[in-house]
Amino acid sequence: MKNFDFLFTAWMVVWAVFFVYEFSIASRMGGLREEIERLKQQLRER
Amino acid sequence: MKRFGITVAAAALIFFAGYAALFIAPDESTMHAIQRVFYMHVALWSAMYTALTVAFVANVAWLATRQMKWDWLGVSAVEVGVVSCTGGLATGVLWGKPAWGIWWTWDARLTTAFLLWLLYIAYLLLRGLLEDPERRATLSAVFGIFAFLDAPLVYASNRLWRTQHPAPVIFGGDNSGLDPTMGKVLVVCIFALLPVMILLLRDRYRLERMRHEVEELRLAAEAQAADANSVVTRSTE
Repeated sequence: MKNFDFLFTAWMVVWAVFFVYEFSIASRMGGLREEIERLKQQLRER
Repeated sequence: MKRFGITVAAAALIFFAGYAALFIAPDESTMHAIQRVFYMHVALWSAMYTALTVAFVANVAWLATRQMKWDWLGVSAVEVGVVSCTGGLATGVLWGKPAWGIWWTWDARLTTAFLLWLLYIAYLLLRGLLEDPERRATLSAVFGIFAFLDAPLVYASNRLWRTQHPAPVIFGGDNSGLDPTMGKVLVVCIFALLPVMILLLRDRYRLERMRHEVEELRLAAEAQAADANSVVTRSTE
């Protein structure tokens, strides 16, 4: 199949962009979840 | 459970759309395999227009109501729109090389699309520079409305000007059109990408809500610390 490498690359690039984005959301959420817990703990202790 | 259901439905739809684009859609007589990028490319632009329209509505709603949820929806939709736009530009570039022999050209469609991408990147950068939530929401809403002016221009560019980019095959006038099977596969691909965008938008919105919660907790912690300090100062006097 001519130009299949371009087609395959395009497909992979799109899914890589989506997965990286979803991963970045999940990791940012993880950081914020920890920060929320820390701040709540701080407020309880005072 | 609801999220799991949407995720399974989105995965099934995407899998079917990929299969349809690669194996059900007929071969295009001049471009052959690389033409199949078209299904993903157009679906990404449709997803981008949907996300940016949501962002535009949210920006207007923030200016009208000053309810924080509109600002959260606005920035979430812009980010999802930028991701789709990145995918749309990348698939376009990867189609351009085998089809035209060049990766990129500054024609009206490509230039306005690239400008749109830059404008929304600037929107996201602008937000990062502003600390005050209300000011950040207002300035980014105004900038978002201004940036959205380029969206219809991107759509109309290959109708208004002669471009290297192919002429529109949908709503493109008498001499345009798409093979019926190709048209059906394209519709499947467009609708398959929507649940993915909804999931991303939902997660991004939750992230923004959590950010707001952190800001409120920080303010509460600072206020509590200030109170404690004033009590200590009074007791030492």
